[in-house]
Parts: sequence; C-alpha cells; structure tokens
Amino acid sequence: MVMIICITSKGPKSFDLVEERFGRSPYFLFRDTGKDDFEPVANKFADAAGGVGPRAAQVLVDRGAKVLITGNVGGNALSVIQAAGIEVFRYRDGGSVEDAFQKYQKGLLEKMA
Amino acid sequence: MRVVVASGKGGTGKTLVAANLAAVVSGSREVVLVDCDVEEPNLHLFFPSETKTLPVLADVPVFDQLRCDHCGECARTCQYGAIVVLPQKNLFFPEMCHGCGGCEITCPQGAISMRKREVGRVEFSRPRCHLTLISGVLNEREVAAPRVIREALLYAGGHPLVICDAPPGTACPLVETLEGADYCVLVTEPTPFGLHDLSLAAGVADVLGVPAGVVINRSMGEDGMVREFCRSKNIPVLWTIPFDRRIAELANDGKLLADGVPGIRELFLGLFAKVSGRGEPGA
Repeated sequence: MVMIICITSKGPKSFDLVEERFGRSPYFLFRDTGKDDFEPVANKFADAAGGVGPRAAQVLVDRGAKVLITGNVGGNALSVIQAAGIEVFRYRDGGSVEDAFQKYQKGLLEKMA
Repeated sequence: MRVVVASGKGGTGKTLVAANLAAVVSGSREVVLVDCDVEEPNLHLFFPSETKTLPVLADVPVFDQLRCDHCGECARTCQYGAIVVLPQKNLFFPEMCHGCGGCEITCPQGAISMRKREVGRVEFSRPRCHLTLISGVLNEREVAAPRVIREALLYAGGHPLVICDAPPGTACPLVETLEGADYCVLVTEPTPFGLHDLSLAAGVADVLGVPAGVVINRSMGEDGMVREFCRSKNIPVLWTIPFDRRIAELANDGKLLADGVPGIRELFLGLFAKVSGRGEPGA
C-alpha cells in the first residue's frame, strides 16, 4: 500500500539529522512510499511563541500523511495526530532521516501512538 | 493619575516599590493598587484581607457542524494554533485561544459564533482605610493575560490615583498595563541583566509615549552602568534604594517597609512627589 510518511528533520535533505522535537522541527520531510525521494517542507512555525504543535500537525493533515517519525510529540499535537489517524513512531538513534526511514521499513521503530 | 511600576527583568523589586508606595501614600489620600502581574499576582501577600471575586470571561469560538464544510480557513486565520481542521472534523484548543474573533470573521460558511469562557478572575479587597487592592488572576494553563489585565484596569478606571504593579517582561501583558498610563516607574538592579531588560522596558514606555523614571534597587553605591544608560536616554533616576538586609528580610516576610525601616516612609513620599510632579496630567 502506498502512503505518505513524514519525518522531522534538522535540514531539507535525507542525509540531515532527525529532529527529535515535533512542533519546533525546522523541516518536515515527506516521502510517498511509492517514490524514491523526500520532499522537504520548511516549518514556518518552528520559532513561533506558542501553538506550534497543533499547527505543525495541521501541516501533516493537509498533506495526507499517515505516518509520523519523530523523537517526541506534545499533548496538543498528539490529540490532533490521533484524531487524524496518523501513526507515530519514535526515533531517537541520533541518525539521519534516511536511517530513520530504513529502520521504519524494517519494523525497528517503537510505535508511540 | 495612573502610575505603572515596571522593570523588564523579574525580581528587581517592582512589587516591593508598588506595595510600599501605595501603602505610604494611602496614609493621606485614596489609592487604588492594581496587581497587573496576573500570571503570578503577589501584592495580596503584603495586604492580607478578605476578598470579593468576579470572573473574567473571554470569547471562544463555537463551530456549527452542520454549516462547517471543513475548508480550513479558520485554522489558517488563527495565529495561535488553537484550531486544527481535519477532513471530517475540527479540533479546538480553548486554552490556546486569545479570543480575537478572527475565525468568526473569516469563516465563509458563517459556521462560527462566539461564546464566553472563564479565563481568570479579578479579586477586590479593602485592606487599609484609604487603599483598595484589585488583583487580576489568570487561570493556570491560560494565555489570555492581557484580557485579565484589561478587566482589572477597567475597575480602577477613572480613579484619581491608580498605582499598577506591572508584569515582568516587555511583551503583550506589559503593553496592556502601560498603554494610556501617565507615568512609568522602572525599577532596576545594578546588574548587566537588570540593565539589559531595563533598556527594553524603557523602550516600550518610549514607544507608548509614557514618561518614565528609574528607581535603582539593591544599590551598592556606584551603579555606573545604570546611571550612564539613564543619562544617555535622558531618563531621570528618581531614587536609589540601598542594598540593605533589613529591607530584604521585611519583604520576604510579606511586611511593609514603613513598619520596620526608620525614615523610609519619607523616602517613599519623596518618590511619590517626584512621580506626581512628572506624571500628573497637566503637570
């Protein structure tokens, strides 16, 4: 089944490191499982004063993501993500977006929600 | 006349100055003291007394699910991340809502109306015979500090002498407190951090057109940096409170200084004379 995966990232490329924060992640890297490359989306709310979690979750909802890979998700964002039926997997190995994606595909990541 | 005691940096002695100024001045005239530090109001500690309470209500949106077509315009309008629109339903986070009403205005379907929700309260007391204390209290987890400050100030509106204890920082809550005031007393401490935030707070007062003067608290005698800053900005140094263990001990015990530091009553009266000479409308 083809679906859209989102990985939080410190930069726009798949060799950039995974950002462990969700709402304040500088980039969201989206990947359609049927394709070979990531599409970077800069998070314009990364430095906002507050309300970053729900607004970041809205970006995922609008892009139809079904899986989120990140370090941790706050309460408000989590309630959006659960309501939208998005699965969350925790990645805390300190590696690249590509590494997180490979581990997800091998079923090595812990499911948070 | 409305006087605001502000600082920028927290812990410089705003509340100490506001409480003692109000207490001393209330010896000879009516004073309304307003605690605008609604996230952590503490003036009442100096004036324990029976209080009466009124709720502070803010607007929050209600979504008409029959009219809503989940277009997402409300979520794009909201600057506070309080609304998320899913394909089949909307999620609303009331504690993140600032009650601006933007979502109601921009909804193309007319599916949003506003209702009232309690975000805080205003407490009233009469701790001394010429002193009324009005304290704004923001409920925990809430963000609508300016809403509560506005309401607390509303009840003090028009009184001949209002002294406000401002919130720390230089963001919306300070702007709400300072806007329209006649004079701003900036309490600072002679440290680099104190000076840094003093310069920010002085900038806010300047932008809002409120004349300001500085009180240096915990002075070790020289205060060169602060005085140099005040000279360069043409801001008067109104008073210097020496670094004195008795003052710290009394304040920590929630006591007023006039009750334990000889001669300090006259110094506070002197401060008030300077403030009213500069801030009294028509002065």
